[in-house]
Parts: sequence; C-alpha cells; structure tokens
Amino acid sequence: MADFLLEIGLEEVPARMIAGAQAELLRRTLALLEREQLEGVDAVSYSTPRRLAVLVRGVREQQADITEEVTGPAVKIAFKDGVATPAAEAFARKSGVAVADLRTITTPKGEYLAATSVKKGRSAAEVLASELPKEIAGIYWAKNMYWRPGKPERFVRPVLWIVCLLGDAVVPLTFAGKTAGRASYGHRVLSSGEPFEIVAPESYLAQLEGEYVIADVEARRQKIRKALDHVTRAVEAARWREDEELVDSVTHLTEWPAVLLGGFEPAYLELPEEVLVTVMRDHQKYFAVEDAQGKLAPHFLAVLNIALDETNEPIIKQGNERVLRARFNDARFFWEFDQRTPLTERVKLLENVTFQKDLGSYATKSERVRSLAAQLAKIASSRGAAVDASAVDEAATLAKTDLTTELVKEFTELQGVIGGLYAKAQGASATVADAIYDQYLPASAKDSIPRSAEGALLGLADRIDTISGMFALGMEPTGSKDPFALRRAANSVVRILAESGLPLTLADVLGAAQSKPEVAAKLQAFFAERIEFYLREGRGQAYDVVKAVVAAGSEDLRDAVARAEAVTAVRGGEDFIAVSAAFKRMKNILDQAQAKGESIPASVNTSLLSDDSEKALESTGGRVAGDVEALRAKRQYREALTQVASLRPVVNEFFERVMVMAPEADIRANRLALLARTVADFSRIADFSEIVAQG
Amino acid sequence: MPHVENKKKALTFQELLFTLQRFWAEHGCVLQQPYDLEVGAGTMSPDTFLRVLGPKPISIAYAQPSRRPADGRYGENPNRLFRHTQLQVILKPPPERVQELYLESLVAIGIDLKEHDIKFEEDNWEWPVGGAWGVGWQVMLDGQEITQFTYFQQCGGMDLDPISGEITYGLERIAQFLQDLDSIYDIVWSRDPMTGTELTYGDVRLHEEQQFSAYSFDYADVDKLWEHLRLYEAECLLLLERAKTVLTEENDDALAVKRFPVMGAYELALKCSHTFNLLDARGAISVTERVGVMARIRTLIVGVAKIYAEQQRLTSLVAA
Repeated sequence: MADFLLEIGLEEVPARMIAGAQAELLRRTLALLEREQLEGVDAVSYSTPRRLAVLVRGVREQQADITEEVTGPAVKIAFKDGVATPAAEAFARKSGVAVADLRTITTPKGEYLAATSVKKGRSAAEVLASELPKEIAGIYWAKNMYWRPGKPERFVRPVLWIVCLLGDAVVPLTFAGKTAGRASYGHRVLSSGEPFEIVAPESYLAQLEGEYVIADVEARRQKIRKALDHVTRAVEAARWREDEELVDSVTHLTEWPAVLLGGFEPAYLELPEEVLVTVMRDHQKYFAVEDAQGKLAPHFLAVLNIALDETNEPIIKQGNERVLRARFNDARFFWEFDQRTPLTERVKLLENVTFQKDLGSYATKSERVRSLAAQLAKIASSRGAAVDASAVDEAATLAKTDLTTELVKEFTELQGVIGGLYAKAQGASATVADAIYDQYLPASAKDSIPRSAEGALLGLADRIDTISGMFALGMEPTGSKDPFALRRAANSVVRILAESGLPLTLADVLGAAQSKPEVAAKLQAFFAERIEFYLREGRGQAYDVVKAVVAAGSEDLRDAVARAEAVTAVRGGEDFIAVSAAFKRMKNILDQAQAKGESIPASVNTSLLSDDSEKALESTGGRVAGDVEALRAKRQYREALTQVASLRPVVNEFFERVMVMAPEADIRANRLALLARTVADFSRIADFSEIVAQG
Repeated sequence: MPHVENKKKALTFQELLFTLQRFWAEHGCVLQQPYDLEVGAGTMSPDTFLRVLGPKPISIAYAQPSRRPADGRYGENPNRLFRHTQLQVILKPPPERVQELYLESLVAIGIDLKEHDIKFEEDNWEWPVGGAWGVGWQVMLDGQEITQFTYFQQCGGMDLDPISGEITYGLERIAQFLQDLDSIYDIVWSRDPMTGTELTYGDVRLHEEQQFSAYSFDYADVDKLWEHLRLYEAECLLLLERAKTVLTEENDDALAVKRFPVMGAYELALKCSHTFNLLDARGAISVTERVGVMARIRTLIVGVAKIYAEQQRLTSLVAA
C-alpha cells in the first residue's frame, strides 16, 4: 500500500468554482480507485486559488489478477484429425494460454474447448497514469476556456504544473500538455517563486506551508476568522459583522491570508448603512465593523493574500482606504445628486425605461401594479385585514422610480432599498417607504418577507404582473431555462401568501391578473408546482404529505400549510396508517369500477344495506364526517385527523365482512356509492390515499 | 491617519507610459501608435479586434485613449473621465507564465510586490456588439482594480485559434495609485528635469473633460447624430455587400483581394459605435431603441470581422 497525491497547479481559479471542483476531483479520484479495485484507506482534498489537490492514503499498488473460466469453440471445429485449427489457436491466444493448455468440457450441446484465462492485474501507477487524466478533464466548470493552439482541451484556466506521486515515486500522467512530476510552486510573492520538490504525499501539506501556502481550506477559513476577531479587538467594543458568504469568498481568494483593519471618515456614516455596506461587501470584499449596538463603525476589515509587517501594513492600509474613500465619495455624490429630483418627479421618467418590449415601459407597469395592488388591498380589507390602501397606492406609484437614479445605476443590487430610503428622506410616510424598501423581498429562501401588509401587497402585485405578463407572451420557464427568474418570483408569491398573514388566496392573486383562459390554466399548473416546492423545501414536508394535502386544495396557502403540519403530526399513528391504507383500497375499488363502467349513484340507499358493518360505515362514518367537518371549519386539523383515525375499526370490519363488488347490480352500486361518499367526506383535509406507509 | 511617503519615487504619468512600453518592447512587442479614431476601449482598435482573428501570431502594445461619453463628469468628479488612457498589450498566443510576466511589469513601474496585496479575481469580458468574449481576471492591487487580464475566446462570433492574451492597464488609476492621490486631476503628468516644474493631469486635460462633457451631454445635435449614424452605416453596409463579390476564391485578381478596404469598413463601423455612444450619453436612445441600434452595429462589426478573416484566408492561399 502507498499514499497517493495529485496536485493540479493552475492560474487563479474563480473563487466561486473552487469548492465544487475540489469535491468533484476527490469524488472522481475515489470512484476511479474503487472501479479499478485500488481503493485506499482514507482520503482528503485541498485547494487554493492556484491548486486543487487530492491525497488518498493506503492505495493498493497492484490490482489482483483475475482468473476466469472461458468456453471456446466446439472441439469438432477446433481440431481436425487431432491437429489444432486456426479457431483453436485464436481461442488460445485470446485466453492467454498455450494450445496445449486448452481443456475439453462436455456441455449439453456437445464437447467444447475451455481455458483458464488469467488477466494480469495492472499496477496502480499504470492505471492512474492512463485513467486519471480523463477524470481531470471531466470536471465540471461553470465557464471554461481554450488556451493551447489547436484547442486540444478546455479547462477553467491554464494548467501550469501537475504533481502526481504514489508513495515517493512519480506517476507520470499527462494532462493539458503537462506531464506530472514532483515540482510544485508556493505563494506567488512570499515564496521564492522557484519550484520545489514534494518529497512524498504525506509531507505535502507541511512543505506547502513552508512556501507560504495553507492548502487546507478549513484551516485557512479558521485563520481568517481568528484574524478578524483579533484585529477587531483594536477597536473598542466593536465586532466584525458576521458574513459567512464573504468569509467563504475570501477563503478562496487567498493562499496565505492576513487581515487588515482600515478606517474611513465618520462623516460618511451619514450615508445610508445599506449603501456603505454594499460598497464594502460587494465591491471591495471588506467586512463591516459595528459597535455594541450593532451600529456601523467607521472601520473595515480587508482580507489580504500577503503577510503583514511594519513596512507594508501602512502602505496597504493607505491604498485600501483611498479606494474606499473614492467609492464612498461617488456614492455621496449620487445620493446628493439624486435628491435634486424627488421620486414624485421621477414617475414620468419611467416612460423612458422599458420593462419588456411587448409589455411596455415601467410607467405602464407601475400603473398595472397600482391597479393590482388596489384590488388585492380591497379584498384583504373586506376580510378584516388592516391595510392602508392609500399607502399601498402611493408605494406602487413610486416603487420603480429609483430605477432612474444614479445610485441604483451604480448599485443595481440595491434597487427597492434605495427607493425606500429616498422616499423616507423625501417625506413619505414610514408605511410607504418601508413598502418600497421591501418590495423585492424575499429575493431568496434566506430572506424574510416584507415587514408590512402594504409591502407584501406591493410585492405580490409586482410579481404577479411580471409572471402573468410573461406567460401571456409565451415566455414561461421551460426545463432548466428560466431567463426571467419567474420561478423565483412565483416562489416569493407563494411564500408571502403563506407567511404574511394576509387573508388572500392564490385564486385572489391570479384572479386579479385577469389572464386569458389558456394562460390562466398554465399559470395554475405553474403555481401548483411552486406550492408543492414550497411545502417540501420551505416547510420540510414529506413528498407524500404534500401530494395528499395539495390534492385536497391549495388555494389557501396558510390553510394548506396547517393541514400539512397536522398530517405530518399524526401520520405515524397506527390507526392513521391503517385508515390511510383503507382509503387507498377504497380509491382503487372505485377507480376500477369506474374503468369498468359501473354505475355509482350519487347517494346511498340505506334500505339496501344489509350487513351490520356496512350499516356501521354508513352511520358512524356519517357522524364522524360531521364532526370532522365541524373541526375542519375551525381549522382544528389535528383533532379532525384524530377523528378520521378513529374510523379504523369501522373500515376494517367493513372490508373483512363485505364484498363491495357483489353479484347483484343494485347492491354493488349502492356499496360503491357508500365508498364514494366516504372518500369524498374525508378527503377535504388531505387525500389520505396518497400517504405512503413509513417502514 | 498616518501618511506613507512614497510619492517621491513615484513615476510621472508620462514616465509610467514610457516604462510600460519599454518593458513590453523588451519582451518582444511591436509598439504601435494609438489608433486615430474614437474608440470606447483599446480592444476596439483594429490592432486588437482584427489582429486576434486568424492564425498569425502577434505581440503588440499601444496606448489607447478611450472615449466613453456617458462617463464624462465635466471634470468635476475626481475619479471619472470622459476619456481615459489604456495601455493595451496583445500576446498571441500568450506565453507560458504570462501572469508572472505581467507582475514583472508592475515591478518595473516601481511596485514592490511584497509591499502590496495583489489578487487575480475572476472577471470575464464580453463585448456583445463585437461578438467577442473572453475569460480572465481583474487584477486588484490593495483593493484597487488596476488591470483587466483577458484570454480572448471568440471575436466577431468566430472561435479563435490560437487565442490571445490581452492585458489592459488603466493608466490613470495606476498613476493615481503610485502617486497616492485622491483625484485623477492631481496626477503629475510631467516634471521638467531642468526646473522641476510639474504639469498635472488637470493642466493637460481638464479643459477637454469640461468641453467634451458639455458637448456630449448638452450640445451634440441629436438629429444630426442620427443622420451621421445612418450615413456611416449605409457606407459600411455597401462595402460589406461588395466584399461578397470581391473576396471569393473564384476571384483571381489577387491584388483586388488584397486591396479590398476591410479596414475602411471597420472604421465606418467604429464611427457608428462612437455615434451611438454619443446619442446614448445625450439621453436620445430609449431602452427599446437601444436593443435595435445595437443589433445594427453588431451586424457591421461582426460583418467586418468575417470579411477580414476571409481576406486573410484568401491572401494566405495566394502566398502558399
């Protein structure tokens, strides 16, 4: 057994792609070793912006030989007069044995030649050299490139070197014109820049560290976190603003990270925090620093890819501070410049901003959104929700005006937020300003929904306008293609309906959009998928529970969520499992009967019921159905489902004693009617026949 | 805040340009003069856009004043310019370890790599109007983007083989960085070696920024610009049409093939592109129109790239 190391040296790989590629290289290497029966004991993988590496300990150095019995041609063809024919020779050659070693076996079809073929196992080095390059070439990159003349291969960036060792010997594989050796490179600036030799796989990590490269991603991440903590201590009562995504990004941008504390003039704190943080985080990859109250402090933290000392620290600090100052100055200029034209005056400017070429400008979109929002506000108010309809209207009128501001042109990720801030600064009510501010929430599953009913209504109206408009143009998402992010928009509609507390259903929202019937049907199907997605991914409900609940209706999202949670709570109970199974059986019988063309009357004729058990199903079932319906109306789903589960003895008894498909036509029809009524009565919370027994 | 005194050793703007040009000349580049037509970026000069096409290797460097009318700020914004200067280096094909070579050029202009934080961050370049894209990085020096580094993959809608490496230095930003200044206009452009008298970037260029901002935002005559656009476009289309009959394998007049003015057609396309930028800065193009006009210019630029490649192919056939 020997340890195995592969390192691929690259020009800087995009930070966003590194983790995926590192995992894939490990997965592919291990799969190859297993497929080739060379599997090792354990494995680790490393990466930096300039390298991907895999280390597998205890790899088998040699495949086992494979012995196989093979049958050849019939003896009468293989030998003529005791002399081997070409057929016998070919078989011997193919099996890797001499003609003299061929045997004869008797089969029902006659006498045949046989041989014991031994396939020699290959050495691990041989297998890896020939197979591993294909695995490297197979790594998925979101964007890759050609670089060598003749375009022999594509990869994320040019390959600079490859190290491949099995034990202390080089495996001379070749990929992208580079033959593997043991020479690696250290940090671009801190190391000498000259190649150095990796002695053996086991010393890889330590040798790289000697060349100012921390190849272990977790170790680098921890070093950064510790340094952030440490450096922040220089500012009294401050802490750096936690940002997992940013930590991840800078981890993949550095080989030898250090953290620098910089500052900016407190005067900039007069700018909105959202703008300052966006500049620092998104444009400069700086961490924000906040005081004990969570208020932004005039400092930032930059993660560098260099070791800091007394000479370079002031220089690097000064450079970063100047860049940030220029960015903040720009932002301040835009902030002040934009204020000269208030949002109310920008409404007419929206006529020049196209929303979509067939759907008109943002001015016409805003008019549609106003009307949609007003309708929804009216419905919600009529059902008792406290909604400030005039605030909704004002917010919808101004919602898109920030698209004409310089600040949004500069920081597009802040659209909506900027509008809300300007509205507030220009004297709009907090309700209006917050609704504008929150209009794009939730933009992702991690985001919260708008804080107010007014913001939620604006968000619903805006999105349903976009979605129904695009569907009307035939631009609905297909397969993996969703260029207008309509699925995400629909997910947000579903979440707002389920979580905002607004008394609105999907039917209200889709109804307001007034789509043509064929478009409405497509929207219905599209949203049905999004609802199931939400219940599964957003609510963690099991697949079968979601199916069961949606089958009983999902127009009212809040109600669907409550039903799903109730079903999940009771589904493990024995009675419930048994009743679910019984419902499945009833449904099957009904389906088959329908398929055969049996008549199923709309009501049950009690005089035709003969067996006690069917009388019991009719009477107890009817009574329980009444109780369930009463509980359902009060949305006491847990209690209702307990009632459903109490049917277990009655349905069991029924199926034990009664044959539904009786020979007499009238009795048969009556029993089918009883089943149909039972299924209908009890399927208003969920279609229990969808529930899969958990084993 | 403590201030680091490194201004004294910093190069003037013109020394920065000399030094980089000398560096690349010493590494085998032909030094070309700036292209004498309005372009939005060094990439649009034919020395990049056309030379990256086809199989012929080239190493070339040139400074390129680049006009972006919408970025003008009447000379009042310390970090934005109507016209800035790029140093463009095209290496076709790119040599091995081209990043190291680039870093050496930074050392040449006085940047001690151990005293700074340098990162190559993903930044892919795309010019849809030219049917061109590439992958690469923005080079960050202490948080400042100082260079765009691109491996061209396609140009004029055609796959490139060999590909080219493109290094674009933002000279104002680098000078501002080296001289440690908050305003571009304070950059020392030149220093008289006899008297020590300094001229700043503002002394040399401020009036241009003021006047061209005023021209593109306030004075440019929209109707006439549309008319210019139409005329340049018509002539370019005419040349593209004539290329169909001249640039063919059947044409045995090798001289006519060689002399066909593909470069002239390209200049007309560039004129359209600049006129479009002026109209855009003037606020004369609605977003709806924008898509359409860009498609028109794309037809010209991609069309020229195609006939350029065809002309190269035909002339190399004759040579062979």
